[in-house]
Amino acid sequence: MERVLTRNIANDPKPINIIAYEANEGYQGLKKAIAELSPEDCESIVKDSKLRGRGGAGFPTGMKWSFVPKGDACSPGHKYLVCNADEMEPGTFKDRLLMEFDPHQLIEGMILSAYTLGADIAYIFIRGEYVVSIQRLRNAIVECYEKNYLGKNILGSGFSLEMYVHPSAGRYICGEETALINALEGKRANPRAKPPFPQVSGLWGRPTIVNNVETLCNITHIIHRGADWFQTLGRGEDSGTKLFGVSGKVNNPGCWELPMGTPVREIIEDCAGGMQPGLELKGFLPGGGSTDFLTNDHLDLAMDYNVIGAAGSRMGTGTMIILDDQTCPVGMVLNLIRFFAQESCGFCTPCRDGLPWTRQVLEDIYNGRGQKEDLETLAYQVRYIGGIGNTHCALAPGAMEPLQSALKYFYSDFEKLIEGSGSHKLIGARG
Amino acid sequence: MKGSVILTDIDSFLSEEELQAIDAELEHVPYKSGAAIDALKIVQSQRGWISDESLAAIARHLEMSIDELEGIATFYNLIYRRPVGERVILFCDSVSCWICGCEKAKEKVSDVLKIGYGETTTDKKYTLLPVPCLGACDRAPVMMVGDELITNLDDAKIEATFNRASSREDC
Ligand SMILES: Cc1cc2nc3c(=O)[nH]c(=O)nc-3n(C[C@H](O)[C@H](O)[C@H](O)COP(=O)(O)O)c2cc1C
Ligand code: SF4
Ligand code: FES
Repeated sequence: MERVLTRNIANDPKPINIIAYEANEGYQGLKKAIAELSPEDCESIVKDSKLRGRGGAGFPTGMKWSFVPKGDACSPGHKYLVCNADEMEPGTFKDRLLMEFDPHQLIEGMILSAYTLGADIAYIFIRGEYVVSIQRLRNAIVECYEKNYLGKNILGSGFSLEMYVHPSAGRYICGEETALINALEGKRANPRAKPPFPQVSGLWGRPTIVNNVETLCNITHIIHRGADWFQTLGRGEDSGTKLFGVSGKVNNPGCWELPMGTPVREIIEDCAGGMQPGLELKGFLPGGGSTDFLTNDHLDLAMDYNVIGAAGSRMGTGTMIILDDQTCPVGMVLNLIRFFAQESCGFCTPCRDGLPWTRQVLEDIYNGRGQKEDLETLAYQVRYIGGIGNTHCALAPGAMEPLQSALKYFYSDFEKLIEGSGSHKLIGARG
Repeated sequence: MKGSVILTDIDSFLSEEELQAIDAELEHVPYKSGAAIDALKIVQSQRGWISDESLAAIARHLEMSIDELEGIATFYNLIYRRPVGERVILFCDSVSCWICGCEKAKEKVSDVLKIGYGETTTDKKYTLLPVPCLGACDRAPVMMVGDELITNLDDAKIEATFNRASSREDC
């Protein structure tokens, strides 16, 4: 398979500078766009590529971009491009790799995206803990200014772009795109009501596009090599490649670039080396902590957005978390709910008050104080907190996804703990 | 307490260096409160944490109410409203690390340093805080000590980390 996003990231990766990046076709896409393609051409290419956003929701990137007012339709003033590098979804570890080891790929994708959208200011909103990425991105940006890939009148094109790295002060909700915009404005990161959508009125009330790191890295290659080429990369219905990851008790946890549509089994067995000795696979979250569990019955599914969606879960970030047969599913869900309860921004009642209540019920069950009625309570909470439209943003429904599917697939583990015959204290996740 | 800090010399509380850094941020924002988080980070990078006095002085400089700035300061994980040690340990307690035994590793850290979450060692070198997923789940369990990411934690590695750190500082 052709490596695209990781072509500069070897198995034992070293960070690369602009010279090494350019030696491997780097900034060819930018030069091509400036010489041959109008912003409208670029937008059509991105639309035709059928690229879907890699931040979790899989929204078609070309369509998202089409909502940004352009040319005369846009009132005078700044337009913003924001790279979402917050990566705080539990179990997700792909954007870090792209930024630490090939920062120029992301920056080139951002310059091309800004050119397409007519944005003149770009931010990389990155979690503060990613100190290595922050440093390497900043160095790479300096290199780009020296080459006039950034700054005024880029390569004589008349297009200008300023780019800044903006470390977050830390909170999961900052990854939600409208909350992120509030954080960039120096406020509390409560999500905003939509409409107006950020594409029309985002940062400082101006048109703003927020895209994930991996999405923007793809733009680099789509513009350089075209929409048709990009579509040939996928094995199933979605186009392109994807960084897939596996964590949990497998032999070889890690992150790999594979075609979209690669079956789950290949990722877990061939790349991650299967389960550690003595352990069996019991379930997995396909794409981070806010996706529904799938089980052994789903190993032959293709990692495509619609396929995983039809099975009752979400592709999410494509980084799977494996539940083995010696780890307590109730404990795993409790760990996730604790996280979501803590990271709730506090704006709406079902999330602010409901999630700690769910946590309490799960804690009781996990610690052997559960009652039969608790299972009904959990089902009620799933409906109430997880109901679309009951909360202001997707954090609360996302929090309910692992719980609702655990109740579906691992109901007997909940029951056993309530009846007092559960044994997680002996063989739980303690080591 | 909050909102009632009385500073007689509030105008000279922030150093020249801090003021310059904050004013540089103001150039990127249409109104002063837009630099609130940046200002908190700047002052924290100088003083280690945000005291009530710092909060009041920043609020005054940015023409915000103290309460409004407090609402922002307390919202974010990496703004510290209490003193922290020289190095903050950000210990991942999220799902993949949990599966891979972070609770045991955390007990080991607590044993070695004699502190729990939210506490600082008596020599003021370390503060231990839980943090959501550090994006290194394939190398779980993990923690950050200051700027350094330490992966695949086990007893030996934890001991080595803190023994090495203390011997380095002794010499
Ligand atoms: C609570 C919450 C947290 C999120 N965190 C992230 C994140 O860390 N990184 C990210 O790219 N998208 C995150 N998203 C999704 C963003 O809102 C947004 O959809 C995404 O950045 C769009 O990028 P894409 O179109 O390129 O996928 C989060 C969403 C929610 C509701
Ligand atoms: S669902 Fe939760 S995180 Fe989202 S706006 Fe409501 S309280 Fe905030
Ligand atoms: S869960 Fe600990 S680094 Fe991701």
